[in-house]
Amino acid sequence: MWPIIQIELFKIYKRPRTYIAFGAIAALILVIQMGLKIDGEAYAAFLMKDINDTLTVDGKVLNGYLICYILLQLLLVHVPLLVALIAADMLSGEANLGTLRLLFTTPYSRTQWVLAKFVAASIYTILLLIWLAFLALFVSMWVFGRDDLFLMKSNYVVLIQEQDVFWRYLGAFVFASFSLLTVAALGFLMSSLANNSIGPIVATISAIVFFTILSTLNIPLFNVVKPYLFTTHMNNWKEFFDIQVNESNDAITGSILNVAKIKNSMMVLTVHIGLFVGASVWIMKKKDILS
Amino acid sequence: MSVIKVQSLSKNFGALKAVDQLSFEVEAGQVYGFLGQNGSGKSTTIRMLLSLIHPSEGQIEIFGQSLTNNRSAILEQVGAVIERPDLYPYLTAQEHLTLFAKLRKQKISASKIEATLSQVGLLARANDKVQTYSLGMKQRLGIGIALLHDPALIILDEPTNGLDPQGIADIRQLIKSLSKDQGKTVLVSSHLLSEIEQIATHILIIHQGKKMAEGPTSSLLDPNKTIVQIKTLDDLDAKQKLMDSVYRSNILERSEGLYLSIPKLEIPALNTFLVASNIALLSLESKNSLEDYFLQLTSTY
Amino acid sequence: MKKTILLVLGICIIQCSVNAQSNALIEKVSAKLNIVNDYVAMGVMKTDVAFIKASLGKVKVYYKKPNLLKVKKEWGISLLPKGGVSVTLNSLLNNKQYIAIESGMQMFKGKQLQAIKLIPTDEKLDWVISTLWIDPVEALVYKTFTTTKENGTYEITMEYGQYASYGLPSKIIFGFNTKDYKLPNGITLEFGDEDPAAKQKALKQKKGTIEITYANYVINKGVSNSMF
Repeated sequence: MWPIIQIELFKIYKRPRTYIAFGAIAALILVIQMGLKIDGEAYAAFLMKDINDTLTVDGKVLNGYLICYILLQLLLVHVPLLVALIAADMLSGEANLGTLRLLFTTPYSRTQWVLAKFVAASIYTILLLIWLAFLALFVSMWVFGRDDLFLMKSNYVVLIQEQDVFWRYLGAFVFASFSLLTVAALGFLMSSLANNSIGPIVATISAIVFFTILSTLNIPLFNVVKPYLFTTHMNNWKEFFDIQVNESNDAITGSILNVAKIKNSMMVLTVHIGLFVGASVWIMKKKDILS
Repeated sequence: MSVIKVQSLSKNFGALKAVDQLSFEVEAGQVYGFLGQNGSGKSTTIRMLLSLIHPSEGQIEIFGQSLTNNRSAILEQVGAVIERPDLYPYLTAQEHLTLFAKLRKQKISASKIEATLSQVGLLARANDKVQTYSLGMKQRLGIGIALLHDPALIILDEPTNGLDPQGIADIRQLIKSLSKDQGKTVLVSSHLLSEIEQIATHILIIHQGKKMAEGPTSSLLDPNKTIVQIKTLDDLDAKQKLMDSVYRSNILERSEGLYLSIPKLEIPALNTFLVASNIALLSLESKNSLEDYFLQLTSTY
Repeated sequence: MKKTILLVLGICIIQCSVNAQSNALIEKVSAKLNIVNDYVAMGVMKTDVAFIKASLGKVKVYYKKPNLLKVKKEWGISLLPKGGVSVTLNSLLNNKQYIAIESGMQMFKGKQLQAIKLIPTDEKLDWVISTLWIDPVEALVYKTFTTTKENGTYEITMEYGQYASYGLPSKIIFGFNTKDYKLPNGITLEFGDEDPAAKQKALKQKKGTIEITYANYVINKGVSNSMF
């Protein structure tokens, strides 16, 4: 199957659309970084308003690690939309172009083609995430320096020591790759249902928006289905940045507050990826190629 | 040996019968012309031969193997261009051929790619993106992809669509050469009899998904032969009696009406047979040629 | 009338004698503290605030007479009670701008301590009133309770070890009142994953402490002003 994965990667590499997402991420991150570099202290002061009433915070709060966290919070909501641009076009775009019949008359089976395309879309997604990590984490570390991560959550503050932060980002990026692969798989499923590019992209984005709203609304009726929605779990990369405390309320370095939650979310996302890709393969196997 | 053997092939799209109980065989080395007006079921049949469309019923055997069970092995020896030459606009001809060369079991060398580019007349534009190509160039590149792995069976669906006269002549020449010089089996479809009669050794006429006529081009387009339309009070009875007679092989299938392809000189004998068989004959009309017959089909609908 | 004058006089004499005793004890404490011109101390800082999860961190504490004090984390971000550091013992006692009033003996951690209230005589000072619990024998302050003008009330508890002769604690615990902490979900982008238990805990527990345990002091070896 490697030759057809290579072909799919080559096509992605050659498509101008591929670079829109990379460009968009770079532009977004650089603009936010520039804004925070110029006026970040005011932003930090706003966030720390309640804390500053009681405590004096000494150190470089607005360091590369916090900037990266802020960027991920903002971007990991929007990157799925960029992933959908490519993933939701993988099958339907070729159907629209008419090239699907070129591929499906080769000796490789439809299952192989669909899986190869998903692997290629996944590699693209992961490359996009690596690009995001490079800009959001490494460039931020370079521009803003490093220090402890002083994380202001809704109800409490977490202070993670500098040497305890980097591995958490690695974990968060691995988790985020699962989230984005779920989006890619959803886009792929939508793509298998259509013969044009725009429909599946819009449908994927709409589905993400719709389920995200369900996941964020605290209405008892929705709470029943929330645990089963992939959007509920997509943002749980943040769990890597919550820390356990011992009986004396000392944070335990190297610990994660809720490992089970991360595991559960990864499992739910993996199941979704499997279901979406499995359904895509089934649909494409049954489909008559009429385009 | 039959390269393609199709038996009772049907495809339904909801209530529409796109292909209806179609059977035919293509022998090795033949240029098999698949003739029918637009929407007659040619492309649907060809897509079923390439496993792009799943048949509703019927059997397809290619190279003596069931297509359902041996799809990969069969498609390894098949090259095809289906309808429009749809390609990747952002890739060059060279990149197209390099990519599709990877999909074959046999190693396809760079020199073979160059030779194919030369064969289809695209060597000079090999490194230009397809989005800058004319329709004819795209069609030639499509054929290049189909020929790249030296397949034993080549399926070309409307290969001359949209081409200028020179392009049509080039494709015609290429198909003839593939059969004559390289011994390839070619199945080519068109809605133009004039196109098919110049290249095909055998012709199948399809209409509304049904086979209308089939046979060697020389026989079907024999100037000494004519198509006779018989009108009777009871066509079913008449057809049954003809099926039981020596005229069985002359009957052309059509959804309505009764047509026979026979030498002009045999018209009186046919008339005698019909009368002798107590068939209530209303009229017996000669359509002169297969072309007339085909034109009648295409003009009726 | 005579009786009244005698009573007031008596009270004044007694009061003066008590104040004199208090001042003497404070002087004794001050004298001990005055031995130290400067120090650098290594320590471990522990932050215990309901809405803060922070791990133990190594700190360096710099002091220079009369009242310069700086707590620096060796690396990373440190959290200190706002203004709390500036109301340490030295800053209370060094300028002698106070009136000391004895307010009885109290037991604290098994020790009989003399409670003395200090009232500042200079209006410009940051603090309003402070109570010191002093061991009269060792002349060591074990606890202070200070109300400031702007930053609320601080309770500082001290434990002593090998540097007791300098009046320097081996452990110091800053206790302070915390305010509510809450950031809107729209800013933190944390939707639907609120932990009710953590929220409840944060609401109930309004007191925070920051504890520094000193490992060693380097005393009177000179500290540059640039450290503050």
